[in-house]
Amino acid sequence: MPRLGFVPCEHLATPRRAAAVTLAALAAGVLLASVSFAFMGVNPVSALTRIFAGSFGSLYGWGETVTKAIPLALAGTGLCLAFQGRMWNIGAEGQLLCGAVAATGLALAAPDALPAWLMIPLLFLAGFAGGAACGAVPGWLKARFRVNEVISSLMLNYICAELVQYLVYGPWKGRQQFGFPYTNNFSAAATLPVLGATRIHWPTMVLAALLAPAAHWLLTRTKMGFEIRVMGGNPVAARYAGMDPRRTAVLVMALSGGLAGLAGTGEVAGIHHHLTYPWSISSGYGYSAIIVAWVARLDPLLVLPAALFFGGILVGGDAIQTSMHLPGSAINLFNGIILMCLIAGEFFLRYRPRWRAEAGA
Amino acid sequence: MNAGLWADTLSRSCAAGTPLLLGTLGEICAERAGVLNLGVEGMMAVGAVAGFGTAAATGSPWLGLAAAAAAGAALSVVHAVVTVALKANQIVSGIALTMLGLGLSGVWGRSYVGTPLAARFGACQLPLLGDIPLLGPAFFRQDPVFYLALLLTAAISFLLWRTRWGITVRSVGENPLAADAAGVDVARVRFLCVAAGGTLAGLAGGYLSLVYIPSWIEGMTAGRGWIVIALTIFAGWDPRRAVLGALLFGGIDAAQYLFQAWVPPNFLKMLPYLATILALLAGRRTAHGEHSAPVALGLPYRKGER
Repeated sequence: MPRLGFVPCEHLATPRRAAAVTLAALAAGVLLASVSFAFMGVNPVSALTRIFAGSFGSLYGWGETVTKAIPLALAGTGLCLAFQGRMWNIGAEGQLLCGAVAATGLALAAPDALPAWLMIPLLFLAGFAGGAACGAVPGWLKARFRVNEVISSLMLNYICAELVQYLVYGPWKGRQQFGFPYTNNFSAAATLPVLGATRIHWPTMVLAALLAPAAHWLLTRTKMGFEIRVMGGNPVAARYAGMDPRRTAVLVMALSGGLAGLAGTGEVAGIHHHLTYPWSISSGYGYSAIIVAWVARLDPLLVLPAALFFGGILVGGDAIQTSMHLPGSAINLFNGIILMCLIAGEFFLRYRPRWRAEAGA
Repeated sequence: MNAGLWADTLSRSCAAGTPLLLGTLGEICAERAGVLNLGVEGMMAVGAVAGFGTAAATGSPWLGLAAAAAAGAALSVVHAVVTVALKANQIVSGIALTMLGLGLSGVWGRSYVGTPLAARFGACQLPLLGDIPLLGPAFFRQDPVFYLALLLTAAISFLLWRTRWGITVRSVGENPLAADAAGVDVARVRFLCVAAGGTLAGLAGGYLSLVYIPSWIEGMTAGRGWIVIALTIFAGWDPRRAVLGALLFGGIDAAQYLFQAWVPPNFLKMLPYLATILALLAGRRTAHGEHSAPVALGLPYRKGER
């Protein structure tokens, strides 16, 4: 009897094969998710139809999808940079919140007389700085003390969420907000313009669309990008080549956090116009961005279509939540299944199935 | 502070530390065999909901506990298949497992939200010991799962360092190539250790929903799974030290009630997470020799390849 075996084949990992494997993994993920929907007593066909009709089936749906894709693209681009350097930044959620806090701090402190052309760039700078500071901490702890960055960046997610709650219930609680835990609303100059009747805050969208190719260029065409990739591939070689992996580690985490911080600015200045509950500011964008980066195979250029796809999933998830009475965590389940399928699929990039004769036969 | 308050805080520390201890024991099992499982948070969440659901349906907290363990084990098998058989990245698989577990528990538990649990474990007072002032109420009037966790600590400690089984597990974590050459089935050992870890993480979740907060609340694990991973490093992969770490972190949890009057609650809630980062720092500085990380931790083993 011949037996199914797997032969290692590193050369198989061509871009075309990678694309095929990724698409197959995504398809398997959607299929598995459908099966789990069926187990929950939800008709998977109608659930999937509603997800895609809700997100891509109408002009309104597209508007919402793009709105949700913006923070995913920014944070996902940042995660590509970190992951390429093998810095496992799981803290994009906290970095996004930190950026939102910094932008809100500036918006509340700045005089109303400031013009929008000055205010809006300053808000993004503040958001970047806030996110970068939050990302640099686990980077520095890793570089200086070899503290596991997965856990330290994740712990900061919880810490940042508590910080936001403290601020909106305490010192920053707005006076005109009828007792809601919101800060005062941003002035008109600190509010991002939107496209037509949608919620697409276009300055952030433009930023996301420009920064993804910029990050691709940084990774592939600059000395720093080369250092990041070498650090990720072979830290020992990096040291022998005279690079300073510690400096690169802090820098890449700060950049990664800064990009998530920009997403935070977009959420407060473009959508809410005040700071509020952490779970309203970000519906898990920092975690979904991990999958976005992984689907894009850590290439920032591919982050844009991946972000659009997962933006659609989030919008569709909201649609079935209300119409099919599923809890918000259903989207977590969906994301978990997809990510699991993606990394399981990578096996087929490195190994080729082959029928082998039984030993001794 | 009077003695009653001290005893109360100590007792609360033990209760808050028990799920951390169970989870850490599980992670030690997996990591000693060389598999990093970052999915503890997800396995705990699934354990919590399975335990609650089963106890609510059957009226037996013991059956609930068994279901929690089984659910944690079942989820960990996903991680084992993906990382051991398919040799995928252990970090990403662990994160995916957490998402999967949190999502599954949320969907599964949606009908349990707000239901009180009638079937609970009672406290069982050990004879004589329970009457010792201060220590008696804290350590000897706990629920049965607390004692089970201590028993498991002793058992796992014994298994890992005093039996042939333990040597095999540790050799797989330190040098899988040598273990393989000695005739050990590396993949099988890793698979079993990950499953044992999942069982213990499930128990930890069951403790949360059956004993500690006897109800189901979405997100009730509240980052404890990640604290467990930090505690594993802090404990130097040693079950005995894990007891100290769990008690310390249980103490930080319990201390929140003591300082409520002086510090804003949001800052108190940050404490366990800040302490986790500090524990990682401390763990790095004290880990040497027997208490340093297993050499092959996080590295997939490919038979016949180097």
